[in-house]
Amino acid sequence: MDQNNVIIQIEHLSKSFENHLVLDDINLSIKQGEFVTLLGPSGCGKTTLLRLLAGFIAPDEGNIMMEGKDLTGIPPYKRQLNTVFQRYALFPHLDVYDNIAFGLKINKMTEEEIDRRVSRVLKMVSMTDYEDRDVNSLSGGQQQRVAIARAIVNRPKVLLLDEPLAALDLKMRKDMQIELKEMHRKLGITFIYVTHDQEEALTLSDTIVVMNNGVIQQIGTPTDIYNEPCNSFVADFIGDSNILNGRMITDCRVECIGHQFNCVDEGFGENVPVDVVIRPEDIYIMNKTEGAQFTGVVKSCTFKGVHYEMFVDTDSHNELMVQDYNAFEVGSTVGLFIKPSDFQVMKKERTCNTFEGVMTNGNTVEFCHGEFNCADTGWEAGTRVRVEIDFDKIDLRDNRDEGTLVGEVSFILYKGNHYHLTITTDDHDNFYVDTNDIWDKWDMVGIRIQPEDIRLTKLSTDNE
Amino acid sequence: MKRFWAQSYLWLLLGLLYAPILIIAIFSFTEAKVLGNWTGFSTQLYTSLFSGGVSGSLVRAIENTALIAVIASILSTALGTMAAIGIFNLHGRKRQTINFLNNIPMLNPDIITGISLFVLFVALGVSQGYVTVIIAHVTFCIPYVVLSIMPKLHQMDANTYEAALDLGATPWQALRKVIIPEIRPGIISGLILAFTLSIDDFAVTLFTKGNEGLDTISTYIYADARKGGLTPELRSLSTIIFVVVLVLLVIINIRSKKNKSIKKTRYFNDLRS
Repeated sequence: MDQNNVIIQIEHLSKSFENHLVLDDINLSIKQGEFVTLLGPSGCGKTTLLRLLAGFIAPDEGNIMMEGKDLTGIPPYKRQLNTVFQRYALFPHLDVYDNIAFGLKINKMTEEEIDRRVSRVLKMVSMTDYEDRDVNSLSGGQQQRVAIARAIVNRPKVLLLDEPLAALDLKMRKDMQIELKEMHRKLGITFIYVTHDQEEALTLSDTIVVMNNGVIQQIGTPTDIYNEPCNSFVADFIGDSNILNGRMITDCRVECIGHQFNCVDEGFGENVPVDVVIRPEDIYIMNKTEGAQFTGVVKSCTFKGVHYEMFVDTDSHNELMVQDYNAFEVGSTVGLFIKPSDFQVMKKERTCNTFEGVMTNGNTVEFCHGEFNCADTGWEAGTRVRVEIDFDKIDLRDNRDEGTLVGEVSFILYKGNHYHLTITTDDHDNFYVDTNDIWDKWDMVGIRIQPEDIRLTKLSTDNE
Repeated sequence: MKRFWAQSYLWLLLGLLYAPILIIAIFSFTEAKVLGNWTGFSTQLYTSLFSGGVSGSLVRAIENTALIAVIASILSTALGTMAAIGIFNLHGRKRQTINFLNNIPMLNPDIITGISLFVLFVALGVSQGYVTVIIAHVTFCIPYVVLSIMPKLHQMDANTYEAALDLGATPWQALRKVIIPEIRPGIISGLILAFTLSIDDFAVTLFTKGNEGLDTISTYIYADARKGGLTPELRSLSTIIFVVVLVLLVIINIRSKKNKSIKKTRYFNDLRS
């Protein structure tokens, strides 16, 4: 046994397509027999990572080691991995038996051995008696089972699954989740599973790898990821959450929604801006206001099956999502209480937009492939500068022609009393914007910045 | 009433289209030397066509046509299949450009294709004969083969090739055992199409056959008609060619219809699942 049973080791893996960085310095190690899920929104790079593992594409930088051997340059047909594709990719000119036997026949196995193995996996996926069926005559769920059987019949050391359940309806998906989990237990091989469905990831995985914009955000067990999200993206992506701007007063003391609370987080320093995450089920709600930490007015109350979901406008005019088994009347004043351990405090990834730019004139500066007017500096053209702009000083325009740059809304975070948007330009630069206006994801917007809101500092000419 | 006019218009149109062929076919069953004289039913023209009642040069023309069609259709199908797979694996602008280049020869008038090939062969100093005619036929057939295979490639699941590699097939095995079987209907349609186009061709053949006495059916008929009046046996020959081409076209159509109905059942299965 090699150290810690690591079967796959990914080091500094990067990949770009047409100058767009899809994976940025990925480091990950996967243990023998683990069920690992790559989770993230579409376009986060999770499928690219899977395709790199399978060998369909080659990395620009970094390498993948399997059982200590470098996989660089090894073609997919020589890797001991098999893939279950999203749209199954069955061979329509072959029947169920021949689809499953394809890999075994390529490897020149004896006919008895092929027969034995095929009937065993058919039993495993509950498709016995379907050998002679035309794959086109099968339902989506049955095709999915054949695709899984076709992969595992080759006894791979690692099974790669690319959103295998995405095309199935909800009921079927739930059943298949249970079967997959059972199959993983029986086979004892490593599963690497790609999905954008956070619930599926929480249900199935031993380890979840949350990805966004080609970067791993967090690696952990489902409980870790849910209870201790490391940044606002993870908190927002996994489960429901209230994500708020806050300030760490001192160790174990945090200020948010206009109040100070005790918490259990330490080591942030004093008076440091932070993000605070509170899960809606962790907020206690009651009719009486004495003994409460703060009060609020119930704005809406919706029955969700097991619990009620309420939006409460707090005394400091922040909106909080609260989940409770009891319903509270809309319009009534309620008392609210949060335990110290239920505040999840996270360091802010950034406190303002920061770019590198070049002066094009005394009062114009170019950054992110756009030329902006700025206050007159008197610096000569070509001076390299650091550009800083506060989140709330960026003006978004419906009419994209009114903006100096055009971008699309790629991520929306509701922070209790305002929205925190990520605007991605055509050149893949990100602008972060605080606004009270409501925008939809993928809206195209014009970006405008007032000259006096652009803060410039000269960068030293030597890079050392 | 409206329906009646629509119907009669259609029949009139079809009548005008098919009348010349029908007249030839009808008069192929009589012995009269001149077209239009009916001297009673007879299969004499057919018997003499096959029993050597006609000049040896017509028999040779028929043989040439068949030989050229077989070789040209096989070659163009092989090359066209490779080209289609190649084009399919290109991306973005490259694919568009090559597709566009592939379509130009189909829109180009035959006579231009013929003349340009003639000029090319002369410029290269190639002596014209069998080889040049076959090269010419392959040239104008390839775009049609590519066009009949392309839709099959697009219908394939995008991951099919990768799935084969994933299961241990080398790229060559994946091509032979998965890609080719998947697009086989398109390849066969392309082959039949190339065969009929080759039999059919006149203009390109005329310019590339050289002057060593090589003739195909179409160039023979042309020369024969210019010499003064058609040899009566050509009526029966035209009828046979028409029937052969008709049968091949019907086969192509039935094949594509069958494929559609397969797709339909797949669609209904998706609905049911």
